[in-house]
Parts: sequence; structure tokens; C-alpha cells
Amino acid sequence: MITFLNHLINGISLGSIYAIIALGYTMVYGIAKMLNFAHGDVIMVGAYVCFFAVSSFGLHPVLGLVLAILICTLLGIVIEKLAYKPLRQATSLAVLITAIGVSYFLQNAAQLLWTSNPKMFPDLFGGAAIRLFDGRLTITVGTLVTIAACIIIMVVLTLFTGKTRMGKAMRACSEDKGAAQLMGINVNRTISVTFAIGSALAAIAGVLLCSAYPSLVPTTGSMPGIKAFTAAVFGGIGSIPGALIGGVLLGIIEIFAGAYISTQLSNAIVFLVLIVVLLVRPTGLLGKQIREKV
Amino acid sequence: MKKMFSNKKTLTNYITYAGVILLFVILQSMSAAGGLSSALKGQLVPVCAYVVMALSLNLTVGVLGELSLGHAGFMSVGAFAGAVAAAALKDVIPAGGLRLLVAMIVGALFAAIAGVIVGVPVLRLRGDYLAIVTLAFGEIIKSIVTNLYVGMDANGLHASFLNPTLHMEGGKIIINGPMGVSGIAKISSFLAGFLLIMVTLVIIFNLVNSRSGRAIMALRDNRIAAESVGINVTKYKLMAFVISAALAGAAGTLFAMGQNTVSASKFDFNTSILVLVFVVLGGLGRMWGSIIAAAALTVLPELLREFSEYRMLIYAIVLILVMLATNNPTFKNFFSKIFKRKGVKNHE
Amino acid sequence: MSNPFQKTKMVPVPSHSIIPERDLGKAPILECQHLGIEFGGLKAVNDLNLTIGRTEIAGLIGPNGAGKTTVFNLLTKVYHPTHGTILLDGKDTSGKTTEQINKMGIARTFQNIRLFSNLSVEDNVKIGLHNQEVYSTLSGILRLPSYWKKEKEAHERALELLSIFDMQDMAGMKAGSLPYGAQRRLEIVRALATNPKLLLLDEPAAGMNPSETAELMENIVKIRDTFQIAVLLIEHDMNLVMNICEGICVLNFGEVIAKGTAEEIQGNPVVIEAYLGKKKEG
Repeated sequence: MITFLNHLINGISLGSIYAIIALGYTMVYGIAKMLNFAHGDVIMVGAYVCFFAVSSFGLHPVLGLVLAILICTLLGIVIEKLAYKPLRQATSLAVLITAIGVSYFLQNAAQLLWTSNPKMFPDLFGGAAIRLFDGRLTITVGTLVTIAACIIIMVVLTLFTGKTRMGKAMRACSEDKGAAQLMGINVNRTISVTFAIGSALAAIAGVLLCSAYPSLVPTTGSMPGIKAFTAAVFGGIGSIPGALIGGVLLGIIEIFAGAYISTQLSNAIVFLVLIVVLLVRPTGLLGKQIREKV
Repeated sequence: MKKMFSNKKTLTNYITYAGVILLFVILQSMSAAGGLSSALKGQLVPVCAYVVMALSLNLTVGVLGELSLGHAGFMSVGAFAGAVAAAALKDVIPAGGLRLLVAMIVGALFAAIAGVIVGVPVLRLRGDYLAIVTLAFGEIIKSIVTNLYVGMDANGLHASFLNPTLHMEGGKIIINGPMGVSGIAKISSFLAGFLLIMVTLVIIFNLVNSRSGRAIMALRDNRIAAESVGINVTKYKLMAFVISAALAGAAGTLFAMGQNTVSASKFDFNTSILVLVFVVLGGLGRMWGSIIAAAALTVLPELLREFSEYRMLIYAIVLILVMLATNNPTFKNFFSKIFKRKGVKNHE
Repeated sequence: MSNPFQKTKMVPVPSHSIIPERDLGKAPILECQHLGIEFGGLKAVNDLNLTIGRTEIAGLIGPNGAGKTTVFNLLTKVYHPTHGTILLDGKDTSGKTTEQINKMGIARTFQNIRLFSNLSVEDNVKIGLHNQEVYSTLSGILRLPSYWKKEKEAHERALELLSIFDMQDMAGMKAGSLPYGAQRRLEIVRALATNPKLLLLDEPAAGMNPSETAELMENIVKIRDTFQIAVLLIEHDMNLVMNICEGICVLNFGEVIAKGTAEEIQGNPVVIEAYLGKKKEG
């Protein structure tokens, strides 16, 4: 029972990280209708920035996180301006390949700058925080911070997209860019802001991810990126609550599959669940069913 | 006089055949005369395999119009099924060429079966959802092959999943889980690769110019209209997908049989993406484009060796720039103006 | 001049219709009984009863949003009806797919043109011939004799069908690059290629100028006479509808408000109130 609870907590913690990454995917997809494959690599950049800030410059972890968020936000805006904005009218496949190019670029730039030797990410949050059942069940500060961060981000984003002018503009753009433009919304700026928010979230996710799984290499972001993307699709791509549900469920499934079925097959099981879900609900758990107009 | 086909298309196809033959003859004679560096020589078989991969993926993405992000999975199935077949038939068929042929057929067959298993659920989905599920299947295939153990002794083949013990009496291990296949007798040759490319081209060109090919392209251009004229959506989608998978399987066997060792991790998401890059850069539905892009981009990293660590960075930048140059309206107008000035004018 | 369509399979079949006297005593080609569909509570089409004769040219008219295209989508099973039955040539079509419906004998065009725009005009028609000129995929890949024979037939029939609208010279052009009117005509040719018993035309004259429309009217009648099929058309051009449609059905808010001949419809006060009275154009 206690092992089960332990796995559950680990699953929720990992799932919260996936959810934060998935939010970035989902927001960008919702508005730009593109699969931003470079998103996972922004996570990696965020983790490296925080790593160097804390280990090499001795900054406080919170400052490291803030720095990571700033740099990733900037990076997100720059990537969007240079690589994606010129392709606004192009086919989605062209944008996809460009995103892959950006992903290659970030990975290889990271390899040149920081080599492929793994960096041991410092534990930013210290040891166990809560001990239950005579110390058999421990919940680390990192886990608590991760789950709390995920919940806070979710609430803030929901309020942001629901209440603020920019949030409403985002929703309008994701429904119909042409109509949004006619209503006086600056579509380009809205897309830039979306990328900025997505990248900031990626930085947070990167720092949280590496505190939990400390080995940091230039390809650190790839697999979590793909999984989070899966989570976004799982929940229904374009939907913010979908990203949360998809991310958390995916994390739990991954940890449980690894614990109770087979570690080697945990990834395969995660993907299998995705396939089954999509077969039952072709647009994900909370995705909109779109009927083609004939 | 009225021609049976639009002339231009048939002409392009013949030029493509001729180009491939010409390139083969040139490279083969250069190779015989010692005009190729050993590094480049070692690339000949992989280049052929990637060309077939790109051509077959172009059938799915360019002709059928569905984005697949898991094509390497079929290559993997073909590579390992072919490797097992080749190892098992070593004594039965001593001649390397014939054994390779049989291995390729086995590889293609297994990949086709995988194609059916993947295709039936996947092709019910649309657009990006379909793409993500092909990605998922690619990763599942990788996980399965990574945990597969196959060996052979006097009693025949033994296979085991997840568990490395094979209960064999002597014999040898063919697929050793994450280590994959090692000590491969290299029976692939540039000639075999060339022949596989030619067969692939014949299959794709003839398919595209036939009733079934038109049905597939009709689905790509307008699914609802295609249904309204009595085309069976599932049948033709699956047909394109399975043919594409089978060809990728044959390419996988060709590739594996030219290496010393292959492991499942070679055929991951990045390989699928790499092949997709070939297809998109070469042009959707444009087979000669796929051939050139696959060949050039497989050899390019070798040629960029002198830039050593910068080569992948350069590759990434070139990729982004090419995509911007070919898809941005401003750039496009710029290029089309240059071409117009040269007097290359299309009949309108 | 001899009949230009004699070489086709679509040799005239004896048939008759409902309102025109020649179809008296013959089974209708289409019968809809209490047909209806709801989208989340909204009754887009409600209790539609419609009968079309073997060689009748029928019109389906009504204000925008009346549910006319939805009726076409129900007939071709793009949407599956929530109520009622559709009998095509006496056979129930429930549970059939769009593809099977076409094989049973309904072909259609679309309001927003749906051509295979990257393919040539000829290929578009050949795709319409998909179930007429049949050979296996394998003989296509291996180019066996059946491939050459059937391809030759398909080529000849495609040109023959294109000649209805004098489009045989455009055979090699890309369908997407045709002028608008030609695209609409190509859709009709493609639908005819599937050898239908009932042809559904969704606003065939939309975007055409008066002389093109006049020509289209002639051609619709010519198609009916040559192939001896029934035609059901949706059209806003009242001149076209009143001139060539033998029976007219008026739809408003998903329900039939009137049925009859052109004269009856023109004189019907309900129709005038619901539709003609408010209409500015035409």
C-alpha cells in the first residue's frame, strides 16, 4: 500500500512536469497550429542556464530559476521571429521541418557550448520534507514544489486566458486568426506572447525536471518533450485543462508501468495507452470534435 | 494524336530512371578505379537504403498525404527480420546475393505485417493526431525490438521477449536484446542497393499512374469527394501505407546487411525525422527530389568532416535556411523572378 | 450527327418519372420517408418526404440555411439520418457508407467545389471511372495486359464524357487551375463518370454568367435525355429552376413547405411569403 502511494506521488510529480511542458505545446499549437518540436530543447536550455547560475556563479536557486525563465522567454521570442514568423503562410509540414531544424540547432549548439558530458544538476530543494508511516513514505520538497508549481501555473493560465485582454486575444486568434485581425487584434504580437509564455513554462519545467532527474546532457529535453507532446494530444491538443489531465495521467501511467509491469517497456506502455485513448476519442480526452463542413 | 498519359509526368519518370542508372554506373566505375575515399565507399549502401526510405515515405506523405513520424519503425522491423532470415539461411543459401534477396523479401513481409497492424488503427485518425500515433508506434516498435532475443541452434529458431535466456543447446544468438545483431556477414552491396532503388521506383511510379494510385491521390486531394465517387477510403489508405512500410522494411534489411552491428536504437524517432526531412526537402510527391535529398544529406555530414564538431550545427542552419528560402513568400517571389528572367516560362 | 455517347456503357435504359407523364406507373428512383436529422437538438431536416421519378429533373429550393445541402449530405450518407428511411431504386440505404451509396447509384457535386485539384482534368474523370474500369493493383504495378486495356478504355471514356461540356481539350490541364465555371462542369462530368442513376447537383450555376447558365441548362437536359437518369438540383437561379425542373420541392427551416410543378410553386402564397417574397436577386 505504501509502495503504491509512493509510486502514485512520484507519478503525480513526474506528471506535473509533463503537464507544464504540455501546456507550452498546447498553447503554441492552439494558436499557431504547429507542432513545435524545438520546445523540448528549450527545456534543456533552461536547465543549463539554471545549472550554471547555481553551480558556477553561486546564485540562489530562485535567482537561477528567474534567470532561466528570462533567457528562455527571450529565446522563445527570437526563435519565433527568426524561424517561424516568416513561415506564417507556409504549409504546416514546412513549419514542422523548420522546428526540427531549430531543435537540431539548439541541441548541437548546447553540445558545442557545454559538451555532451553529463552535468550533475544540484538538488535545489534539499532532502525529505514530510515523513509518514514511520518514515516509510517520504515526500520531498522537490515533489511538493513541482506539484504546487503545476497547480499555480494552471490556475494563473486559466485566469489569464479567461480574464485578461491578451488572454482573450489568444483565444480569439486560436479560433480564427483572420476574424481576430479584423477585430483589431495584433495577431503577430499575440503569437509572440504565446511563444514567450510557452518558453517560460519550458524553463520552469526544465529546472524542475533536472532537480528530480539530475543528469543533464544536450538531449535531456528530447524524450520529455515527446512525452509531454503525447500528453498534450492525450488530453486534447489546444485545451489547457486537457494538458494538465494528460500530463498527470501520463506521469502516473509511466511510473506504474515501470513499477508493476516492466521498466524496459514503460515508454511503450505510455504510447500504447495514448493510441488506445485516441482510438476511442480521436481528438483526445478534452479535445473538440470538429465536423468537416461539406 | 492523343497520348495515353500526360507526357510531362512520364518523361520525368524516365529521366529519374536514367539518372539513377547513370549515377550508379559513374559511382561503380569510380569505386572500381579507386576514385572514392573509403569513407565514401562505406556510405554507398546506407545511401541506397536511405534513398529507398525517402522514396517509400514519400509515398505516404507525398502521394497519400498523411504525415508519418514513425517510418524508422518499419525499417527496424525489416532490418531485424531480414537479419534473422539471413543468419538462419546461411547454410541453406550460401550465395550472398540470393540470401540477401530472400532476407529482403522476409524483411519487407514482416514490415508489411507491421504496416497493417499500425495502419488499421492509425488511418482512422486525422492530421496531427495521425502523426503523433505513428510516432507512438515507432517508439513501441523500438521498445519491442530492444527487448527481443532471438537465437538459433540445431532445433531451429528460439525467441524470447524481455528474458535473455533462450533455452538453447549450443547454437548462437542472433538478436541480443538492446545489443541488437552483431557479427553480420555483410552481404549488401552497392549493386543490390541500386537494384532495390530501381524496383522501388518502378513500384511507386507504376502505382501512381494506375487506377489504385489515382484513388490514393484522390484521397489526398479531397477525401469527401473521393468517397462520393465510390472510392474505399480504408482500402486505399491502407494500401499506400502498407506498400510504403514493406519498401521501408526492404531498405532496413539492405541497411542492416551492410553493417557490422545494428541495434534497435539506430531506428528511433530521430531517424524517422531524418527521412521526413529528406522527403520534405526533396518535395512532396517528387520522387527524384527524394533521391537527391536523401543521397546528398546522407553524404553531406561525411563531407563536412573537416568542420568536425560544427558540422551538425551547420546542417541545422542549412536546414532552417532552406525551409525559409523555399517557403517564405518573399524569398519565393525572389527566386521565381530569377527563373522568369532566364526565360523558363511555364505554359499557362 | 450520331449520338456522341454511344460508346459508353451508359446506354439509355427505359425509365419514366413522377410528374412528367412518361414515368407514370414506374417505380420512383428515390423515395425519402420521414427523413430527418438533428444536430444537438437542432432539427436541420425534419420529416422530409420526397419522391423522384426515374428520369425526372427535380429542384430543391429554399432560402439560405433551409437545409438543402444537408438533404444532399443525408442522401449520400455524409451525415447519417437520425430519422426516416431513404429508398434508392426500392432498396433501403440505411447503414451504407458514402462510397457504397455511390456504387448503388447516387453521384453528386458540391456547393464548395471539391475537385482533386492537384491532378489533371482527365485524371479527375478517371477517378470517377474508378468502379467502371476495374483492374487489380498488382496488374497496375506490373503493367499486365489488363492494365493497358482498361487504361485505354478509361482514357477514351474520359474524353468522351468531357466532350459533353466541350472540355476534351482541357484534359491535360491541372483541375485546380481551371476557371471557376469549368471546375463546376468538371465536377458534373466526374459525377457522371460513376454511372449514376440519380445525379445530385449542388448549385451548379453558382458563379456562372447568364450565357454559361443557359448552356448549362441545355446540358442538364441533354444529360438526362442521353443517360436517362434522374437529376436533383439545388439552385438559387430561379430562371434555371423554373425552366428545367419538372418537379420542385421547397424547403424552409428543414421542413417541406411546398411541392409541385414550376407553375404551382410560383403561384403558392406560402412559398412567396417564405422565400420568393423576401428574395432580392433572381
